[in-house]
Amino acid sequence: MEMMVDQQEEQRARQKRRNRALLAVLIGMVALFYVITIVRMGFNE
Amino acid sequence: MSNKTANMTMTAAVPAGGDVADYIALLKPRVMSLVVFTAMAGLYLAPGTIHPVIAIVAVLCIAVGAGASGAINMWYDRDIDSVMARTAERPVPKGRVEPGAALGFGVALAAWSVMVMGIAVDWAAAALLAFTIAFYVFVYTMWLKRRTPQNIVIGGAAGAFPPMVGWAAVTGDISLSSIVLFAIIFMWTPPHFWALALYRKGDYEKAGVPMLPVVAGIRETKRQIVFYSVLLVPIGMAPTFIGMSSWVFGVVAGVLGMIFVGLSIAIYREQGDRYARHTFAFSILYLFLLFAALIADKAVGFTA
Repeated sequence: MEMMVDQQEEQRARQKRRNRALLAVLIGMVALFYVITIVRMGFNE
Repeated sequence: MSNKTANMTMTAAVPAGGDVADYIALLKPRVMSLVVFTAMAGLYLAPGTIHPVIAIVAVLCIAVGAGASGAINMWYDRDIDSVMARTAERPVPKGRVEPGAALGFGVALAAWSVMVMGIAVDWAAAALLAFTIAFYVFVYTMWLKRRTPQNIVIGGAAGAFPPMVGWAAVTGDISLSSIVLFAIIFMWTPPHFWALALYRKGDYEKAGVPMLPVVAGIRETKRQIVFYSVLLVPIGMAPTFIGMSSWVFGVVAGVLGMIFVGLSIAIYREQGDRYARHTFAFSILYLFLLFAALIADKAVGFTA
């Protein structure tokens, strides 16, 4: 029983780490598209 | 079956989902580093200008595209990966990432890399990147790898495209110079992989992958390594011959090429696998130094 609880905790911890990484990727993408937009607009002036 | 056992079994059957590190491993970071480097060289060597931010986006797209190919490859090859010592620890054969998750991850990244390359950088470069990913997945992984000892000769083209993609990101086209960069990596791939296959022959045999040493034997593989490394000498020097780089680069490329040939002759003569290991390690250094020399040659201003 104890092993099962441990496993679930480990799974949750892993999921949390994945979610945080995904959040970082999403924020990075927002920043990336923002910078790309600024640069491309500058090019077309 | 007691309740407790049933619960445990159910828990084990629930996909645990990999850790962040497992998903990074799916991208084959070590392969990616060489891809990124050669793509950067293509970007730098191409005539014309590109905004630094757009150049970084292009490199990012190429890196993500290469990683995507790696993830799809690990999904497809999970059966043979589990048999080979070199690949048995990968996340899919180890059960840390579900096969479907690896495939989805790879396809999503591939689509992302091509779209962003097209929208932000250049559609010709995006088309070339899409072709590269498709070539690696469909032509190399699914078609050639398990069918012919020429798998890495033809499949090597996939690894040779990144500098062309980098080049196209700047110029929007393909030129003789970018084809020369392609040819260098294309010709380099067979001796590089066969040196590895010589001392991993048992692994490939076990997995049923028809690598040259398995199908044609050690002797023939060694002969082919010498043959390709000799051909690599003039091709490595080709940037000088076509006026892309200076004679200084030509000398550096010639020396590096001769070391490669020397090592391949040592492989041919040896009984064990000491020089095969040395050659595999040197081949990576060779490609790195050759592209570094191309960059330095232009940076120093030996060539216009």
